[in-house]
Amino acid sequence: MLQISGLNKSYERHQALTDVDLFVPKGVVFGLLGPNGAGKTTLIRIVNQIIEQDSGTVELDGSTLSPEDIRKIGYLPEERGLYKKMKVWDQLIYFSRLKGLSESEAKVQIKGWLDKLEIGGWKDKKIEDLSKGMAQKVQFISTVVHRPSLLILDEPFSGFDPVNAELIKNEILELKEKGTTVILSTHRMESVELLCDHVAMINKSRKILDGTISAVKRSFRPEVFQIALNQLKKDLPQEWTPKLTDENWVFTLPLSGKTPNELLIELMEYGEVVVFKEQVPSIEEIFIHQVQTAADE
Amino acid sequence: MNKILLVIQREYLARVKKKSFLIATLLTPLIFPAIMGVFVWIALEEKENQSLRIIEVIDETDLFFMESSEQYAFSSSDGDIDAAKKMVLEGERYGFLYIPKMDISQPGGIQYFGLENPSINLVSYLEGALKRKIEDQRLYEQGIDPKVLKEIRTDVSIQSITLGEEGEEKINNATVNYALGFLSGILIYIFIFVYGNQIMQGVIEEKSTRIVEILVSSLKPFQLMMGKIVGIGAVGLTQFLIWVMLIGTLSSVVMGVLGMQMPQQQAMEMASPEFAQASPDSSELASMLEVISGIDFVALVGSFIIYFLGGYLLYGALFAAIGSAVDSPSDAQQFMLPVTIPLIVAYMGLFVFVLQDPTSSTSFWLSIIPLTSPIAMMGRISYGVPFWELALSMGLLIGGFLSTTWLAGKIYRIGILMHGTKPSYKTLWKWIKSSQ
Repeated sequence: MLQISGLNKSYERHQALTDVDLFVPKGVVFGLLGPNGAGKTTLIRIVNQIIEQDSGTVELDGSTLSPEDIRKIGYLPEERGLYKKMKVWDQLIYFSRLKGLSESEAKVQIKGWLDKLEIGGWKDKKIEDLSKGMAQKVQFISTVVHRPSLLILDEPFSGFDPVNAELIKNEILELKEKGTTVILSTHRMESVELLCDHVAMINKSRKILDGTISAVKRSFRPEVFQIALNQLKKDLPQEWTPKLTDENWVFTLPLSGKTPNELLIELMEYGEVVVFKEQVPSIEEIFIHQVQTAADE
Repeated sequence: MNKILLVIQREYLARVKKKSFLIATLLTPLIFPAIMGVFVWIALEEKENQSLRIIEVIDETDLFFMESSEQYAFSSSDGDIDAAKKMVLEGERYGFLYIPKMDISQPGGIQYFGLENPSINLVSYLEGALKRKIEDQRLYEQGIDPKVLKEIRTDVSIQSITLGEEGEEKINNATVNYALGFLSGILIYIFIFVYGNQIMQGVIEEKSTRIVEILVSSLKPFQLMMGKIVGIGAVGLTQFLIWVMLIGTLSSVVMGVLGMQMPQQQAMEMASPEFAQASPDSSELASMLEVISGIDFVALVGSFIIYFLGGYLLYGALFAAIGSAVDSPSDAQQFMLPVTIPLIVAYMGLFVFVLQDPTSSTSFWLSIIPLTSPIAMMGRISYGVPFWELALSMGLLIGGFLSTTWLAGKIYRIGILMHGTKPSYKTLWKWIKSSQ
């Protein structure tokens, strides 16, 4: 779907992207993670042809990005807004026609979306007369109205109330079912784990991580097990720092070169094993860990 | 290209559909006639309510016979000063003019007493009358017969005719030329400021409401900028054309009404110039009408539209660039100077140089340099400008707006995506230089 290779971009004083390679497969929700100022917005702006890269290529469906591709992309920027004095209907017509839809096609699409999100009755109202939640729905419609095959959402949930955020989340999943590829740039890690199939992490202008959610998690498995014992047969070593909670002794142990089974056998000598569970990091923990490691270097 | 049209359409409709546009467009042409109407009405009312003001005159020289006018009547008496003052105090007289015994070769000591400050009108009326009397008296003393004097007095008005290169003659009238240059120059000045500001406000609105990033993901920043400039220009042109039509209709109605009330003789004068020559006083109006009918309106309106659009596009691009560089209208002030100064220079130049002497070298340069030519050249056109000067000035104007648009485009495409930073002239220069 989207193939980025060797992308470089520098501004006057700093390097925004350094040799970034990225492949976004068709029909996935792709999480683009990274702290503020890492280069995510620059990357997104290049894909949207708002700015030009210094070097490197961006290919969409196998051919270099061209102005015709604007129609294929739907973009919801982090900084977004609508014309306050314009009516909902006129505004949506304008945005969809700018994306290249014909007027008759735009009308059909807009009507469908307004009905779907239950704001059809508000189409002749000006944006300034709408509640914030309703304006957000209009904003979302303006992003997807031209049926893009690639949807780029930059912090889509910031500024949305929980009800609308849920609604948008479901719409994203529904679009994915229909074959739309979605790039989601966000800080909200819980939504990443819920929505994304694939993640890439950018820090200080470089890509530091890339892969499916499960592969990323697997590669960051710290090989540590959570353990709970009761009915102790002998004292636990002090260096394990066990804590007694609800009659169980709870602690964590690294494998330290052993296999899980070897560790389990060793533990069974101390008492009854009630919990023996590998500690899998959340994407958030991986994210924080990676950023901190980079900062320490 | 198609996308520019969409932007033009949106910018145009968003403004034309506003109630404020409708009100301004319909009311502005009525404001001037309305103001004039009110003045005329007040003046007429005043005249009706005004009783004749009687002024007591004590003339110790016995030389002055004050002629009464519509407003003032004079009664001479030999009474003493105190009695006359008392008449004023008691309201019997509006004022009292005291002319003491004097040597008329060195007049002095004339006094006016009144309950209120005399109007400038009254003072100059009295002074004029006294001056004429003294002059007449002194001429009489030199042995000139008053009858001869009356016959000598004449009114002169010069008919000015320009000779064309092929020997054709064209009657001119400095007043008409002045008025036309003045009006068209001012119109362009106002138009650039009003609609230039609208461009700037529009750009700031899109930037501050964060619509702009959505827009530039759909079309090029340059398309967005040009669409906005052209769309708003079209609004201005629409407004202007509606004004022209409204004023045209209104003035023909007013002319029609006035024409019916016009005294028979004057109407005949206007109809045939032979009559006008018979009585020189009232020929001024007729000659003005002749001059107006002799003006090449097609050329005038044509060049007006070219300078109107050229000036607007040139400055419009600069206004767009300023709007893109700042976050709010108040921040825009610091960048307004390079735009307002040439405009004000052109405006002042129009009055100080161009209208006074359209062919002086200052006038020439003001009407050639693209930053000032839209306003300055309009002051010259009705006087007649050589073809090569017009061609040079228009050519430079086109070059001028192409380069300001190019320059503005460079600032614009970077500026619209910058938030929260207050750029300086140095940053703007960096944006212009940077390729991206």
